[in-house]
Amino acid sequence: MLEINSVQAGYDRTTVLHGVTVTVPKDGVATVLGHNGAGKSTLLRAAMGLLKPRSGTVLLNGEDITGLAPNQRVARGMAYVPQGQQSFPHLTTAENLQLVADGRPDGKAAVAEALDLFPVLRELSGRRAGLLSGGQRQQLALARALITRPKLLLLDEPTEGIQPSVVAEIEETILALTRRGGLSVLLVEQHVGFAMRAAQHYYVLEAGRVTSSGEGGTGAEGTVRAALSV
Amino acid sequence: MTVILNQSFTGISIGAVLLLIALGLTLTFGQMGVINMAHGEFIMAGAYTTYVLQKDISGAGVSLLIALPLAFLVAGSLGALLEWLLIRRLYTRPLDTLLVTWGVSLMLQQLARDIFGAPNVQTHAPDLLTGNISVGGITLANNRLFILGLALLCVLGVTLILRLTPLGRRIRAVVQNRDLAEVSGIATGRVDRMTFFIGSGLAGVAGVALTLVGPIGPTMGTNYIVDAFLVVVVGGIAQLKGSVITAFALGVLQSVLEYSTTVSVAKVIVLVAIVAFLQWRPQGLYTLRTRSLA
Repeated sequence: MLEINSVQAGYDRTTVLHGVTVTVPKDGVATVLGHNGAGKSTLLRAAMGLLKPRSGTVLLNGEDITGLAPNQRVARGMAYVPQGQQSFPHLTTAENLQLVADGRPDGKAAVAEALDLFPVLRELSGRRAGLLSGGQRQQLALARALITRPKLLLLDEPTEGIQPSVVAEIEETILALTRRGGLSVLLVEQHVGFAMRAAQHYYVLEAGRVTSSGEGGTGAEGTVRAALSV
Repeated sequence: MTVILNQSFTGISIGAVLLLIALGLTLTFGQMGVINMAHGEFIMAGAYTTYVLQKDISGAGVSLLIALPLAFLVAGSLGALLEWLLIRRLYTRPLDTLLVTWGVSLMLQQLARDIFGAPNVQTHAPDLLTGNISVGGITLANNRLFILGLALLCVLGVTLILRLTPLGRRIRAVVQNRDLAEVSGIATGRVDRMTFFIGSGLAGVAGVALTLVGPIGPTMGTNYIVDAFLVVVVGGIAQLKGSVITAFALGVLQSVLEYSTTVSVAKVIVLVAIVAFLQWRPQGLYTLRTRSLA
Protein backbone atom coordinates (compact mmCIF):
# COMPACT_ATOMS: atom_id res chain seq x y z
CA MET A 1 0.00 0.00 0.00
CA LEU A 2 2.55 2.55 1.19
CA GLU A 3 6.27 2.25 0.73
CA ILE A 4 8.62 4.75 2.31
CA ASN A 5 12.02 4.04 0.79
CA SER A 6 15.25 5.25 2.44
CA VAL A 7 13.81 8.68 3.12
CA GLN A 8 16.13 11.38 4.37
CA ALA A 9 14.44 14.48 5.71
CA GLY A 10 14.85 17.29 8.18
CA TYR A 11 14.42 20.96 8.95
CA ASP A 12 16.91 23.65 7.90
CA ARG A 13 20.34 22.26 8.71
CA THR A 14 19.33 19.40 10.98
CA THR A 15 18.66 16.00 9.49
CA VAL A 16 15.99 14.10 11.40
CA LEU A 17 15.52 11.00 9.26
CA HIS A 18 18.66 9.23 8.03
CA GLY A 19 17.30 6.93 5.36
CA VAL A 20 14.16 5.36 6.83
CA THR A 21 12.36 2.50 5.08
CA VAL A 22 8.88 1.59 6.29
CA THR A 23 6.20 -0.42 4.49
CA VAL A 24 2.47 -0.52 5.22
CA PRO A 25 0.78 -3.65 3.80
CA LYS A 26 -2.57 -3.47 2.05
CA ASP A 27 -5.42 -3.58 4.61
CA GLY A 28 -2.80 -3.98 7.31
CA VAL A 29 -1.51 -1.95 10.21
CA ALA A 30 2.11 -0.97 10.66
CA THR A 31 3.28 0.86 13.74
CA VAL A 32 6.31 3.04 14.31
CA LEU A 33 7.51 3.18 17.90
CA GLY A 34 10.22 5.27 19.44
CA HIS A 35 11.12 7.83 22.05
CA ASN A 36 10.47 11.55 21.79
CA GLY A 37 12.64 13.13 19.12
CA ALA A 38 13.30 9.85 17.31
CA GLY A 39 11.68 11.27 14.16
CA LYS A 40 8.29 9.54 14.23
CA SER A 41 6.21 12.63 13.50
CA THR A 42 8.73 13.78 10.90
CA LEU A 43 8.31 10.44 9.16
CA LEU A 44 4.53 10.94 8.93
CA ARG A 45 4.96 14.54 7.75
CA ALA A 46 7.29 13.31 5.01
CA ALA A 47 4.86 10.53 4.07
CA MET A 48 2.03 13.06 3.83
CA GLY A 49 4.01 15.62 1.85
CA LEU A 50 4.16 18.37 4.45
CA LEU A 51 7.91 17.93 4.42
CA LYS A 52 9.89 17.33 1.23
CA PRO A 53 12.38 14.48 1.63
CA ARG A 54 15.97 15.36 0.69
CA SER A 55 16.28 11.93 -0.83
CA GLY A 56 14.34 8.73 -1.01
CA THR A 57 10.87 8.05 -2.37
CA VAL A 58 7.31 7.55 -1.17
CA LEU A 59 5.19 5.11 -3.17
CA LEU A 60 1.43 4.72 -2.87
CA ASN A 61 0.16 1.55 -4.56
CA GLY A 62 3.27 1.60 -6.67
CA GLU A 63 2.85 5.22 -7.79
CA ASP A 64 5.66 7.61 -6.90
CA ILE A 65 3.96 10.39 -4.92
CA THR A 66 7.13 11.96 -3.50
CA GLY A 67 6.53 15.22 -5.38
CA LEU A 68 2.79 15.54 -4.77
CA ALA A 69 1.18 18.17 -2.53
CA PRO A 70 -0.65 16.87 0.56
CA ASN A 71 -4.09 17.67 -0.89
CA GLN A 72 -3.26 15.56 -3.96
CA ARG A 73 -2.36 12.66 -1.66
CA VAL A 74 -5.73 13.04 0.06
CA ALA A 75 -7.36 12.78 -3.36
CA ARG A 76 -5.50 9.46 -3.82
CA GLY A 77 -6.94 8.00 -0.64
CA MET A 78 -4.56 9.11 2.10
CA ALA A 79 -5.70 10.74 5.33
CA TYR A 80 -3.64 12.05 8.20
CA VAL A 81 -4.48 12.84 11.80
CA PRO A 82 -1.60 14.93 13.11
CA GLN A 83 -0.37 15.16 16.67
CA GLY A 84 -2.02 17.39 19.23
CA GLN A 85 -5.76 17.11 18.47
CA GLN A 86 -5.59 19.78 15.80
CA SER A 87 -8.73 21.43 14.50
CA PHE A 88 -9.95 24.66 12.96
CA PRO A 89 -10.64 26.37 16.30
CA HIS A 90 -13.03 29.08 15.10
CA LEU A 91 -15.14 26.80 12.95
CA THR A 92 -17.93 24.91 14.66
CA THR A 93 -17.79 21.13 14.95
CA ALA A 94 -20.31 20.86 12.12
CA GLU A 95 -18.29 23.27 9.95
CA ASN A 96 -15.10 21.32 10.65
CA LEU A 97 -16.77 18.23 9.18
CA GLN A 98 -18.65 20.00 6.39
CA LEU A 99 -15.39 21.62 5.27
CA VAL A 100 -13.99 18.22 4.37
CA ALA A 101 -17.28 16.97 2.92
CA ASP A 102 -17.65 20.02 0.61
CA GLY A 103 -17.39 19.05 -3.02
CA ARG A 104 -17.61 15.31 -2.36
CA PRO A 105 -20.58 13.63 -4.02
CA ASP A 106 -20.95 11.29 -1.03
CA GLY A 107 -20.17 14.05 1.47
CA LYS A 108 -23.48 13.99 3.27
CA ALA A 109 -23.42 10.23 3.82
CA ALA A 110 -19.78 10.36 4.88
CA VAL A 111 -20.54 12.99 7.54
CA ALA A 112 -23.46 10.92 8.83
CA GLU A 113 -21.23 7.83 9.03
CA ALA A 114 -18.55 9.72 10.90
CA LEU A 115 -21.13 11.03 13.35
CA ASP A 116 -22.43 7.50 13.93
CA LEU A 117 -18.89 6.47 14.80
CA PHE A 118 -18.45 9.43 17.18
CA PRO A 119 -21.96 10.24 18.45
CA VAL A 120 -20.65 12.79 20.95
CA LEU A 121 -19.89 15.11 18.03
CA ARG A 122 -23.58 15.31 17.18
CA GLU A 123 -24.34 17.05 20.47
CA LEU A 124 -21.43 19.43 19.92
CA SER A 125 -22.22 20.36 16.33
CA GLY A 126 -22.84 24.06 17.03
CA ARG A 127 -19.85 24.54 19.29
CA ARG A 128 -16.57 26.01 18.12
CA ALA A 129 -13.90 23.34 17.89
CA GLY A 130 -11.56 25.47 20.00
CA LEU A 131 -13.91 25.04 22.95
CA LEU A 132 -13.99 21.24 22.83
CA SER A 133 -11.99 19.06 25.21
CA GLY A 134 -8.86 17.32 23.95
CA GLY A 135 -10.68 14.01 23.63
CA GLN A 136 -13.57 15.56 21.74
CA ARG A 137 -11.17 17.40 19.43
CA GLN A 138 -9.35 14.15 18.69
CA GLN A 139 -12.63 12.42 17.84
CA LEU A 140 -13.39 15.38 15.59
CA ALA A 141 -9.99 14.97 13.94
CA LEU A 142 -10.58 11.26 13.32
CA ALA A 143 -14.06 12.01 11.97
CA ARG A 144 -12.63 14.63 9.59
CA ALA A 145 -10.08 12.14 8.31
CA LEU A 146 -12.68 9.41 7.79
CA ILE A 147 -15.01 11.67 5.79
CA THR A 148 -12.52 11.50 2.93
CA ARG A 149 -13.09 7.69 2.95
CA PRO A 150 -9.36 6.97 3.09
CA LYS A 151 -7.67 3.76 2.06
CA LEU A 152 -4.61 4.66 4.09
CA LEU A 153 -4.76 6.43 7.43
CA LEU A 154 -1.73 8.00 9.08
CA LEU A 155 -2.20 8.41 12.83
CA ASP A 156 0.24 10.37 14.98
CA GLU A 157 -0.07 9.40 18.65
CA PRO A 158 -3.88 9.38 18.59
CA THR A 159 -4.30 9.05 22.37
CA GLU A 160 -1.47 11.28 23.53
CA GLY A 161 -2.54 14.04 25.94
CA ILE A 162 -6.14 12.82 26.17
CA GLN A 163 -8.10 12.23 29.37
CA PRO A 164 -7.91 8.52 30.31
CA SER A 165 -11.69 8.02 30.15
CA VAL A 166 -11.66 8.71 26.40
CA VAL A 167 -8.42 6.89 25.56
CA ALA A 168 -9.98 3.42 25.67
CA GLU A 169 -12.89 4.58 23.53
CA ILE A 170 -10.63 6.01 20.85
CA GLU A 171 -8.41 2.93 20.89
CA GLU A 172 -11.42 0.64 20.46
CA THR A 173 -12.67 2.74 17.55
CA ILE A 174 -9.29 2.58 15.84
CA LEU A 175 -9.10 -1.20 16.34
CA ALA A 176 -12.63 -1.59 14.97
CA LEU A 177 -11.71 0.49 11.91
CA THR A 178 -8.66 -1.62 11.16
CA ARG A 179 -10.66 -4.83 11.45
CA ARG A 180 -13.42 -3.59 9.14
CA GLY A 181 -11.12 -4.10 6.15
CA GLY A 182 -10.34 -1.82 3.23
CA LEU A 183 -8.19 0.41 5.39
CA SER A 184 -4.44 0.42 5.89
CA VAL A 185 -3.00 2.26 8.87
CA LEU A 186 0.40 3.67 9.70
CA LEU A 187 0.28 4.23 13.45
CA VAL A 188 2.86 6.23 15.35
CA GLU A 189 2.73 5.42 19.05
CA GLN A 190 4.48 5.60 22.40
CA HIS A 191 2.10 3.16 24.08
CA VAL A 192 3.64 -0.19 23.20
CA GLY A 193 0.68 -2.22 24.43
CA PHE A 194 -1.90 -0.59 22.20
CA ALA A 195 0.44 -0.40 19.21
CA MET A 196 1.29 -4.09 19.34
CA ARG A 197 -2.36 -5.03 19.74
CA ALA A 198 -3.24 -3.09 16.60
CA ALA A 199 -0.30 -3.78 14.32
CA GLN A 200 0.90 -6.67 12.19
CA HIS A 201 4.30 -5.04 11.68
CA TYR A 202 6.34 -2.86 13.95
CA TYR A 203 9.32 -0.59 13.42
CA VAL A 204 11.40 0.88 16.21
CA LEU A 205 12.83 4.26 15.31
CA GLU A 206 15.84 5.65 17.14
CA ALA A 207 17.56 8.92 16.27
CA GLY A 208 16.17 8.84 12.75
CA ARG A 209 17.05 5.21 11.96
CA VAL A 210 15.03 2.00 12.07
CA THR A 211 16.88 -0.08 14.67
CA SER A 212 14.59 -3.07 14.76
CA SER A 213 11.46 -4.31 13.09
CA GLY A 214 9.34 -7.41 12.87
CA GLU A 215 5.95 -9.03 13.17
CA GLY A 216 3.41 -7.36 15.42
CA GLY A 217 0.94 -8.90 17.83
CA THR A 218 0.95 -8.94 21.60
CA GLY A 219 3.51 -11.78 21.64
CA ALA A 220 6.21 -9.46 20.35
CA GLU A 221 5.55 -6.85 23.02
CA GLY A 222 8.44 -7.97 25.19
CA THR A 223 10.91 -7.80 22.33
CA VAL A 224 9.79 -4.30 21.46
CA ARG A 225 9.95 -3.08 25.04
CA ALA A 226 13.47 -4.42 25.26
CA ALA A 227 14.43 -2.71 22.00
CA LEU A 228 12.99 0.57 23.23
CA SER A 229 14.71 0.53 26.59
CA VAL A 230 18.21 0.25 25.10
CA MET B 1 -28.17 70.84 15.64
CA THR B 2 -28.71 70.46 11.90
CA VAL B 3 -25.08 71.43 11.40
CA ILE B 4 -23.97 68.59 13.62
CA LEU B 5 -26.31 66.15 11.86
CA ASN B 6 -25.16 67.31 8.45
CA GLN B 7 -21.52 66.96 9.45
CA SER B 8 -22.22 63.51 10.87
CA PHE B 9 -23.79 62.40 7.62
CA THR B 10 -20.79 63.71 5.71
CA GLY B 11 -18.61 61.78 8.13
CA ILE B 12 -20.61 58.61 7.66
CA SER B 13 -20.34 58.94 3.90
CA ILE B 14 -16.55 59.45 4.18
CA GLY B 15 -16.58 56.37 6.38
CA ALA B 16 -18.51 54.43 3.75
CA VAL B 17 -15.84 55.19 1.13
CA LEU B 18 -13.12 54.19 3.59
CA LEU B 19 -14.97 51.00 4.41
CA LEU B 20 -15.44 50.08 0.77
CA ILE B 21 -11.73 50.56 0.10
CA ALA B 22 -10.64 48.75 3.27
CA LEU B 23 -13.00 45.81 2.79
CA GLY B 24 -10.79 44.14 0.20
CA LEU B 25 -7.79 44.64 2.45
CA THR B 26 -9.50 42.84 5.33
CA LEU B 27 -9.20 39.76 3.11
CA THR B 28 -5.75 40.14 1.54
CA PHE B 29 -4.05 41.91 4.44
CA GLY B 30 -6.27 40.94 7.38
CA GLN B 31 -6.78 37.29 6.52
CA MET B 32 -3.74 36.44 4.44
CA GLY B 33 -1.28 38.91 5.95
CA VAL B 34 -0.09 40.19 2.57
CA ILE B 35 0.81 43.87 2.37
CA ASN B 36 -0.26 44.57 -1.18
CA MET B 37 0.81 48.08 -2.17
CA ALA B 38 -0.88 47.64 -5.55
CA HIS B 39 -4.31 47.44 -3.90
CA GLY B 40 -4.84 51.12 -4.69
CA GLU B 41 -4.21 50.44 -8.38
CA PHE B 42 -7.01 47.87 -8.35
CA ILE B 43 -9.24 50.75 -7.20
CA MET B 44 -7.95 52.72 -10.17
CA ALA B 45 -8.64 49.77 -12.48
CA GLY B 46 -12.24 49.71 -11.27
CA ALA B 47 -12.59 53.45 -11.84
CA TYR B 48 -11.18 53.32 -15.38
CA THR B 49 -13.46 50.38 -16.12
CA THR B 50 -16.38 52.66 -15.32
CA TYR B 51 -14.91 55.37 -17.54
CA VAL B 52 -14.39 53.08 -20.52
CA LEU B 53 -17.87 51.62 -20.18
CA GLN B 54 -19.45 55.06 -20.11
CA LYS B 55 -17.72 56.06 -23.33
CA ASP B 56 -19.32 53.07 -25.04
CA ILE B 57 -22.69 52.93 -23.32
CA SER B 58 -24.74 56.09 -23.43
CA GLY B 59 -27.03 55.71 -20.39
CA ALA B 60 -25.03 56.63 -17.28
CA GLY B 61 -27.29 54.59 -15.04
CA VAL B 62 -27.00 51.44 -17.15
CA SER B 63 -23.24 51.74 -17.51
CA LEU B 64 -22.86 52.19 -13.76
CA LEU B 65 -24.83 49.02 -13.09
CA ILE B 66 -22.72 47.07 -15.58
CA ALA B 67 -19.55 48.67 -14.24
CA LEU B 68 -20.03 47.25 -10.73
CA PRO B 69 -19.72 43.54 -11.61
CA LEU B 70 -17.30 44.22 -14.48
CA ALA B 71 -14.94 46.25 -12.29
CA PHE B 72 -15.08 43.45 -9.73
CA LEU B 73 -14.00 40.99 -12.42
CA VAL B 74 -11.29 43.23 -13.90
CA ALA B 75 -9.71 44.17 -10.56
CA GLY B 76 -10.20 40.66 -9.19
CA SER B 77 -8.46 39.10 -12.19
CA LEU B 78 -5.57 41.54 -11.86
CA GLY B 79 -5.30 40.56 -8.20
CA ALA B 80 -5.43 36.83 -8.90
CA LEU B 81 -2.80 37.28 -11.63
CA LEU B 82 -0.54 39.22 -9.25
CA GLU B 83 -0.96 36.51 -6.61
CA TRP B 84 -0.15 33.77 -9.09
CA LEU B 85 2.79 35.55 -10.71
CA LEU B 86 4.53 37.00 -7.68
CA ILE B 87 2.93 36.98 -4.27
CA ARG B 88 2.57 33.21 -3.85
CA ARG B 89 6.34 32.89 -4.19
CA LEU B 90 6.85 35.42 -1.40
CA TYR B 91 4.47 34.33 1.38
CA THR B 92 7.38 33.71 3.73
CA ARG B 93 9.03 37.03 2.87
CA PRO B 94 6.65 39.90 3.78
CA LEU B 95 9.18 42.69 3.22
CA ASP B 96 9.89 41.47 -0.30
CA THR B 97 6.15 41.35 -0.92
CA LEU B 98 5.86 44.99 0.11
CA LEU B 99 8.64 46.09 -2.26
CA VAL B 100 7.51 43.93 -5.15
CA THR B 101 3.89 45.05 -4.97
CA TRP B 102 5.02 48.66 -4.68
CA GLY B 103 6.91 48.16 -7.92
CA VAL B 104 3.81 46.63 -9.50
CA SER B 105 1.83 49.62 -8.26
CA LEU B 106 4.17 52.04 -10.06
CA MET B 107 4.03 49.95 -13.24
CA LEU B 108 0.23 49.89 -13.22
CA GLN B 109 0.13 53.67 -12.74
CA GLN B 110 2.41 54.14 -15.74
CA LEU B 111 0.32 51.71 -17.75
CA ALA B 112 -2.77 53.81 -16.98
CA ARG B 113 -0.90 56.96 -18.09
CA ASP B 114 0.09 55.29 -21.35
CA ILE B 115 -3.44 54.13 -22.09
CA PHE B 116 -5.62 56.96 -20.78
CA GLY B 117 -3.17 59.88 -20.58
CA ALA B 118 -1.79 61.63 -17.52
CA PRO B 119 -4.62 64.13 -16.88
CA ASN B 120 -7.56 63.11 -14.78
CA VAL B 121 -10.78 62.12 -16.50
CA GLN B 122 -14.36 62.26 -15.29
CA THR B 123 -17.52 60.23 -15.62
CA HIS B 124 -21.08 61.52 -15.53
CA ALA B 125 -23.16 60.39 -12.62
CA PRO B 126 -26.61 59.08 -13.53
CA ASP B 127 -29.34 61.68 -12.99
CA LEU B 128 -30.80 59.66 -10.16
CA LEU B 129 -27.59 60.08 -8.18
CA THR B 130 -26.95 63.79 -8.74
CA GLY B 131 -29.66 65.27 -6.51
CA ASN B 132 -30.21 65.56 -2.79
CA ILE B 133 -32.81 64.36 -0.36
CA SER B 134 -33.80 66.53 2.57
CA VAL B 135 -34.86 64.79 5.72
CA GLY B 136 -35.83 67.06 8.62
CA GLY B 137 -33.45 69.81 7.61
CA ILE B 138 -30.52 67.47 6.85
CA THR B 139 -29.36 67.33 3.26
CA LEU B 140 -28.39 63.87 2.07
CA ALA B 141 -26.58 63.71 -1.27
CA ASN B 142 -27.91 60.86 -3.38
CA ASN B 143 -24.49 59.70 -4.55
CA ARG B 144 -23.27 59.55 -0.94
CA LEU B 145 -26.33 57.51 0.04
CA PHE B 146 -25.64 55.19 -2.87
CA ILE B 147 -22.05 54.63 -1.72
CA LEU B 148 -23.23 54.00 1.84
CA GLY B 149 -25.70 51.41 0.58
CA LEU B 150 -23.08 49.82 -1.66
CA ALA B 151 -20.57 49.59 1.20
CA LEU B 152 -23.08 47.96 3.53
CA LEU B 153 -24.14 45.58 0.77
CA CYS B 154 -20.53 44.56 0.17
CA VAL B 155 -19.95 43.99 3.91
CA LEU B 156 -23.07 41.83 4.00
CA GLY B 157 -21.96 39.94 0.91
CA VAL B 158 -18.48 39.22 2.26
CA THR B 159 -19.92 38.14 5.62
CA LEU B 160 -22.38 35.76 3.98
CA ILE B 161 -19.74 34.28 1.69
CA LEU B 162 -17.39 33.66 4.60
CA ARG B 163 -20.03 32.21 6.89
CA LEU B 164 -22.24 30.17 4.62
CA THR B 165 -20.45 29.04 1.48
CA PRO B 166 -17.95 26.19 0.96
CA LEU B 167 -15.44 28.76 -0.30
CA GLY B 168 -15.91 30.82 2.86
CA ARG B 169 -15.34 27.75 5.03
CA ARG B 170 -12.16 27.02 3.10
CA ILE B 171 -10.89 30.59 3.38
CA ARG B 172 -11.41 30.56 7.15
CA ALA B 173 -9.91 27.09 7.51
CA VAL B 174 -6.76 28.01 5.58
CA VAL B 175 -6.27 31.10 7.74
CA GLN B 176 -6.75 29.17 10.96
CA ASN B 177 -4.51 26.20 10.17
CA ARG B 178 -2.92 26.07 6.74
CA ASP B 179 -1.22 22.68 7.10
CA LEU B 180 -4.30 21.03 8.53
CA ALA B 181 -6.39 22.45 5.68
CA GLU B 182 -3.92 21.06 3.15
CA VAL B 183 -3.93 17.57 4.69
CA SER B 184 -7.73 17.72 4.87
CA GLY B 185 -7.69 17.73 1.09
CA ILE B 186 -8.03 21.46 0.47
CA ALA B 187 -5.93 22.91 -2.34
CA THR B 188 -4.70 25.83 -0.26
CA GLY B 189 -2.96 27.51 -3.17
CA ARG B 190 -6.25 27.74 -5.04
CA VAL B 191 -7.98 29.13 -1.94
CA ASP B 192 -5.27 31.81 -1.65
CA ARG B 193 -5.90 32.85 -5.23
CA MET B 194 -9.68 33.00 -4.73
CA THR B 195 -9.25 35.06 -1.56
CA PHE B 196 -7.03 37.44 -3.48
CA PHE B 197 -9.51 37.56 -6.35
CA ILE B 198 -12.37 38.60 -4.06
CA GLY B 199 -10.27 41.07 -2.06
CA SER B 200 -8.96 42.75 -5.20
CA GLY B 201 -12.38 42.65 -6.84
CA LEU B 202 -13.78 44.61 -3.92
CA ALA B 203 -11.15 47.27 -4.59
CA GLY B 204 -12.53 47.45 -8.12
CA VAL B 205 -16.04 48.02 -6.76
CA ALA B 206 -14.64 50.78 -4.53
CA GLY B 207 -13.13 52.31 -7.66
CA VAL B 208 -16.56 52.45 -9.31
CA ALA B 209 -17.98 54.19 -6.24
CA LEU B 210 -15.16 56.76 -6.24
CA THR B 211 -16.03 57.87 -9.77
CA LEU B 212 -19.24 59.29 -8.28
CA VAL B 213 -17.41 61.62 -5.91
CA GLY B 214 -14.15 62.52 -7.62
CA PRO B 215 -11.98 62.48 -10.73
CA ILE B 216 -10.31 59.38 -12.17
CA GLY B 217 -6.54 59.47 -12.51
CA PRO B 218 -3.49 57.21 -12.58
CA THR B 219 -2.58 58.02 -8.97
CA MET B 220 -6.06 58.03 -7.46
CA GLY B 221 -5.37 54.75 -5.65
CA THR B 222 -2.38 56.06 -3.73
CA ASN B 223 -4.56 58.77 -2.17
CA TYR B 224 -6.65 56.15 -0.46
CA ILE B 225 -4.35 53.22 0.19
CA VAL B 226 -2.79 54.57 3.40
CA ASP B 227 -6.19 55.37 4.91
CA ALA B 228 -7.41 51.92 4.00
CA PHE B 229 -4.49 50.19 5.71
CA LEU B 230 -5.05 52.44 8.74
CA VAL B 231 -8.68 51.30 8.95
CA VAL B 232 -7.69 47.64 8.93
CA VAL B 233 -4.86 48.10 11.43
CA VAL B 234 -6.94 50.16 13.86
CA GLY B 235 -9.92 47.83 13.50
CA GLY B 236 -7.76 44.86 14.34
CA ILE B 237 -6.75 42.70 11.40
CA ALA B 238 -8.70 39.77 12.77
CA GLN B 239 -12.27 40.82 12.23
CA LEU B 240 -14.57 42.51 9.80
CA LYS B 241 -16.60 44.40 12.40
CA GLY B 242 -13.44 46.15 13.60
CA SER B 243 -12.96 47.62 10.14
CA VAL B 244 -16.62 48.62 9.87
CA ILE B 245 -16.61 50.47 13.19
CA THR B 246 -13.21 52.07 12.53
CA ALA B 247 -14.13 53.29 9.05
CA PHE B 248 -17.22 55.11 10.29
CA ALA B 249 -15.50 56.40 13.43
CA LEU B 250 -12.58 57.83 11.44
CA GLY B 251 -14.99 59.32 8.88
CA VAL B 252 -17.09 61.11 11.47
CA LEU B 253 -14.03 62.27 13.43
CA GLN B 254 -12.44 63.62 10.25
CA SER B 255 -15.56 65.46 9.15
CA VAL B 256 -16.34 66.98 12.55
CA LEU B 257 -12.74 68.13 12.92
CA GLU B 258 -12.74 69.53 9.39
CA TYR B 259 -15.75 71.63 10.30
CA SER B 260 -14.16 73.08 13.41
CA THR B 261 -10.61 73.42 12.03
CA THR B 262 -9.17 72.91 8.53
CA VAL B 263 -8.73 69.86 6.34
CA SER B 264 -5.00 69.53 7.05
CA VAL B 265 -5.30 70.10 10.79
CA ALA B 266 -8.14 67.55 10.90
CA LYS B 267 -5.94 65.02 9.10
CA VAL B 268 -3.10 65.60 11.55
CA ILE B 269 -5.37 65.25 14.58
CA VAL B 270 -6.86 62.02 13.21
CA LEU B 271 -3.39 60.55 12.64
CA VAL B 272 -2.24 61.56 16.13
CA ALA B 273 -5.40 59.98 17.54
CA ILE B 274 -4.64 56.76 15.65
CA VAL B 275 -1.04 56.68 16.90
CA ALA B 276 -2.26 57.24 20.47
CA PHE B 277 -4.89 54.54 20.10
CA LEU B 278 -2.37 52.02 18.80
CA GLN B 279 -0.07 52.78 21.74
CA TRP B 280 -2.94 51.78 23.97
CA ARG B 281 -4.15 48.83 21.89
CA PRO B 282 -1.39 47.75 19.47
CA GLN B 283 -3.48 44.80 18.31
CA GLY B 284 -6.34 47.08 17.22
CA LEU B 285 -9.98 47.21 18.19
CA TYR B 286 -10.91 43.55 17.80
CA THR B 287 -8.65 40.54 18.07
CA LEU B 288 -8.79 36.80 18.38
CA ARG B 289 -6.12 34.40 19.40
CA THR B 290 -6.24 33.04 15.90
CA ARG B 291 -7.46 35.20 13.06
CA SER B 292 -11.00 34.70 11.95
CA LEU B 293 -13.08 37.11 9.97
CA ALA B 294 -16.61 35.92 10.43
